[in-house]
Amino acid sequence: MSDPNIEGFELEKGFKGMAKDTGSDQTMFKGVHWGKAMMWIFLLSDTFVFSCFLIAYMKGRSSTPAEWPNPSEVFALDAFGVPVPLLLIALMTFVLITSSGTMALAVKYGYEKNRKMCGYLILATALGGLTFVGMQAYEWSKLIHEGVRPWSNPFGAAQFGSFFFMITGFHGTHVSIGVIFLFIYCYKVFAGHYDKGKRGWFTKMKGDYVEVEILGLYWHFVDLVWVFIFAFFYLW
Amino acid sequence: MEDSKKREQSGSTHKIGIYLWIWGLLFVLSFFSYLVDWYQFQGMLRWSLILFFMFLKAGLIMAFFMHLYWERYALVNVLLWPMTAIVCFICLMIAEGKYTLFSRLFYFFVGG
Repeated sequence: MSDPNIEGFELEKGFKGMAKDTGSDQTMFKGVHWGKAMMWIFLLSDTFVFSCFLIAYMKGRSSTPAEWPNPSEVFALDAFGVPVPLLLIALMTFVLITSSGTMALAVKYGYEKNRKMCGYLILATALGGLTFVGMQAYEWSKLIHEGVRPWSNPFGAAQFGSFFFMITGFHGTHVSIGVIFLFIYCYKVFAGHYDKGKRGWFTKMKGDYVEVEILGLYWHFVDLVWVFIFAFFYLW
Repeated sequence: MEDSKKREQSGSTHKIGIYLWIWGLLFVLSFFSYLVDWYQFQGMLRWSLILFFMFLKAGLIMAFFMHLYWERYALVNVLLWPMTAIVCFICLMIAEGKYTLFSRLFYFFVGG
């Protein structure tokens, strides 16, 4: 891997490259856009936040003598009069994966400087995210109507509600913020800010399609977290 | 002119096929993990299947959608080594959870 900004800087693959990178002069990650490196650092810290929530949930669930509500019954949805287990959650999972796929393609087309395809795919991603948030709002209101509260619920152990609202709420917040940024970036792509190198709001940095990749990292992370929530909260 | 040439070098693009493959695989794996609940597998089989599909999905998303497979090794290491701290935390809290459950049951039924 070579760095176009630094004369003669070649990064080898594997451990040698890693040693050269971490021990390199002045800065690490030479040639990586600073926004991208910072997004990775942010995602790492966000991983710890979500891990703490999920570990707290594990500890709460494993230390209560009361019976834990059966998620496949609690989250069942009536389809044509037949209760289907986890139907809504499965749909949410597929919607989020779809939007993750469109985002990956948006990043690809962004790097190929295909403005229109990139813009439409970001729009599709944003709409997918919006659908996800809408379904989550429906799920929350359904459970609240059934009497689930952070301090009690009709199905079993009282801790269930607080963990549910905390974990899915925090994830839903991430999705909502992502959707807002997706719409903003969709506008910026269509307006050609990254082709013209137009500057952003708080930075002197010139716009570049690498920003689409940075946004993509965030969006894939939201999908990644959902994989873990789906496994531990809904399936376990 | 010089600038755009430089930029072209730094931004790597991959064939569309790889993304569609991963996308399809994620759908299939999600479907399988849903089937785990559908067929109501229980016990160790359920937990191991859930974890297997979860790690496979997470790995695919990180490696290909987040481009970690193509990234420099320094970044991969900076991201993945801290996960060992999370694993330690999980192990600690499993022990703690068992102890809490034990002491709750003990004092509920035997008394202080």
